[in-house]
Amino acid sequence: MKIAVCVKQVPDTWAEKRLKPEDSTLDRESAEGVLNELDEYAVEEALRLIEAQGGEVVVVSMGPERAGETIRKALSMGADAGIHIVDDALHGSDAIATSAALAKALEGRGFDLILFGSESTDARMSVVPAMVAERLGLPQLTFAQKVEVDGSTVRIERQAEYGYDSIEASAPVVVSVVEKINEPRYPSFKGIMAAKKKPVDTLTVADLGLEPVTVGLAAAWSAVDEFAARPPKAAGTVIADDGAGGVKIADYLSQQKFI
Amino acid sequence: MQFTEEHEHFRESMRRLVDEEINPFVDEWEEAGIFPAHELFPKLGEVGAFGLEYDPEFGGGGADHSFTYVMAQELGRIKCAGVPMAIAVQASMATPALARFGSDELKKTYLEPTLRGEMVCSIAVSEPDAGSDVAGIRTRAVRDGDDWVINGRKMWITNGTQADWLCLLARTDDSQPGDYHGMSLIVVPTTTPGFSVGRKIEKMGNHSSDTAEIVLDDVRVPISNTVGEAGRGFQQQMAQFQDERLVGAYIAAVGARKALDRTKDYLQQRIAFGKPLLANQYLQYKLAELYADVDTVEGFLQYAADKYLAGNDVTREATVAKLKTGRLTREVADACVQFHGGMGYAEEMWVARYFRDARLASIGGGADEVMLRVITMMEGMGKK
Ligand SMILES: Cc1cc2nc3c(=O)[nH]c(=O)nc-3n(C[C@H](O)[C@H](O)[C@H](O)COP(=O)(O)OP(=O)(O)OC[C@H]3O[C@@H](n4cnc5c(N)ncnc54)[C@H](O)[C@@H]3O)c2cc1C
Ligand SMILES: Cc1cc2nc3c(=O)[nH]c(=O)nc-3n(C[C@H](O)[C@H](O)[C@H](O)COP(=O)(O)OP(=O)(O)OC[C@H]3O[C@@H](n4cnc5c(N)ncnc54)[C@H](O)[C@@H]3O)c2cc1C
Repeated sequence: MKIAVCVKQVPDTWAEKRLKPEDSTLDRESAEGVLNELDEYAVEEALRLIEAQGGEVVVVSMGPERAGETIRKALSMGADAGIHIVDDALHGSDAIATSAALAKALEGRGFDLILFGSESTDARMSVVPAMVAERLGLPQLTFAQKVEVDGSTVRIERQAEYGYDSIEASAPVVVSVVEKINEPRYPSFKGIMAAKKKPVDTLTVADLGLEPVTVGLAAAWSAVDEFAARPPKAAGTVIADDGAGGVKIADYLSQQKFI
Repeated sequence: MQFTEEHEHFRESMRRLVDEEINPFVDEWEEAGIFPAHELFPKLGEVGAFGLEYDPEFGGGGADHSFTYVMAQELGRIKCAGVPMAIAVQASMATPALARFGSDELKKTYLEPTLRGEMVCSIAVSEPDAGSDVAGIRTRAVRDGDDWVINGRKMWITNGTQADWLCLLARTDDSQPGDYHGMSLIVVPTTTPGFSVGRKIEKMGNHSSDTAEIVLDDVRVPISNTVGEAGRGFQQQMAQFQDERLVGAYIAAVGARKALDRTKDYLQQRIAFGKPLLANQYLQYKLAELYADVDTVEGFLQYAADKYLAGNDVTREATVAKLKTGRLTREVADACVQFHGGMGYAEEMWVARYFRDARLASIGGGADEVMLRVITMMEGMGKK
């Protein structure tokens, strides 16, 4: 089985995120870059599948030079090879362009399964997996809390508020995973050292056969016109309990339209 | 030491393991007076925390000492001293001699599963009547055909109630009693008939680590369980002490800095006489002085680690590191208690535990005076 896992480098979840005043894009230098948390679950799931059934795991990431660290992180967990899409022309790409680049990189490589996290922690659009599936003309099994591969049939439990839906499709398929699916491993010392020697191909926009004008900030379908820092937290309202505290709290909640 | 991206990735794995698999359970383990070594150690084995520097052919990592330094620093972030001590016993105190001198068969049978964390081990040197004076041990192994028959008592054995095997120092030749010669390190499986745990010792601190008194009553193990050459045990153990002392010091130095940071934060929050306690210059200077001492010790530890990394003998450095880090840990702990006032004396905060645990730093692994004795001999004072 040949599995691709799309992984994104995102600013550290706990770091303060900032937009750059020059072009209103995320300042990716200001915070440490980490492997998007949900993508770690996707890598783990891919590793478990090939540990059980044999095969190969390739991680694919689009991002600046330093996203290479994120690819190596996934390789240190146990993935076999990496593809790094890196090109200055991609800076500021929206989900549409991101999905185009990823689809081109994935196309024609014979993947049976293409795994994604279900959401990035920075932009949180949750759309890239569906867009990539559409571009590749593949079935999409999204929000999987469980994945089973039985020959060419891929079955998932799709997480829902009421429980889950069981859905299946024939490989090749696109699958996005949720946190519930597994417990990602910690990269081991040996895995970390082995990752140094694993192959990582780099691809440019030209290599992908995309027109540079179709990607990047200028091509984005939406634009950030203005942004402002979140206002500091206002002081809370203190209600002294003189015996009617409960009523006052209820009044407050109803004023705020909570009740 | 030069840290690379690989060091940072390994640090991250260790840090997550500490934050997710250890720190949330420390209070519970401290309360219980023991931690579940057979549950925790396989997780550490999986990330490669055991045997980083040992031969990959026998389950080691083939890493250099800088990775041990990184690992120890992360162990220093554990919310107690008992668990990191127990881990360090397995990683750097009970296994170095076996990894260096053990036969291939011993390494296959005992070292490999221990590095995977499937087996738990102890180092058994100290006895009820001999701690500082290692040459004074009385546990005796007598040759009977292809076996050693071992009799004696071991005291203060960390991991002792849960261990699968001990690296045990015994007297194997009586021709020169009280002498350094005639001792051997022997691998003793704890399932061997005649082996028993005499008792679990109640201690002032390091509550999460089980400490046992061990009784050996006609315990019979094959001569082939001898680590390396019979009669070289004392020397092998002295070499093994260098790993123990350095790693212990790396862990403690991180703990001391963390304790100062937390105390500083507390003093910033705590208001007395109309302003944060930290506004008080006396307290600022006291903390600054201790930070300076931690910086100095840390610098020395890096120097020692570099020297070890370059393949030099570090007996002197390990001795000084043990002595100075131990003393500083106690001094820091005392200041932390003092500056927390009543809260420093209450069990509900971290400080009291730190204070209790810190006291061991100048006793376990060789008392301060034993370190001074080593330096004394190196300086040509006193006699060997
Ligand atoms: C501050 C900010 C401003 C933005 N401004 C704009 C804007 O002006 N216009 C606009 O259209 N968009 C904008 N974006 C969205 C940005 O372009 C998205 O980050 C990007 O398109 C991917 O979408 P996502 O991160 O929401 O992915 P999601 O759909 O949430 O990601 C799901 C999964 O897709 C995969 N994936 C996503 N990205 C990659 C990647 N690069 N490489 C490999 N796998 C990947 C991962 O598996 C991930 O878990 C902005 C984002 C931010 C944070
Ligand atoms: C929690 C804990 C865990 C331990 N774990 C282990 C373990 O896993 N394996 C193991 O083998 N041992 C272990 N030990 C034992 C430890 O190494 C000894 O306690 C230590 O070496 C001191 O030996 P002792 O207790 O016999 O003290 P003694 O040798 O009786 O010494 C008592 C005191 O006398 C002073 N002193 C000793 N010698 C001299 C000297 N030459 N000159 C001046 N003063 C001197 C020192 O102040 C010393 O503290 C552990 C101990 C503790 C408390």
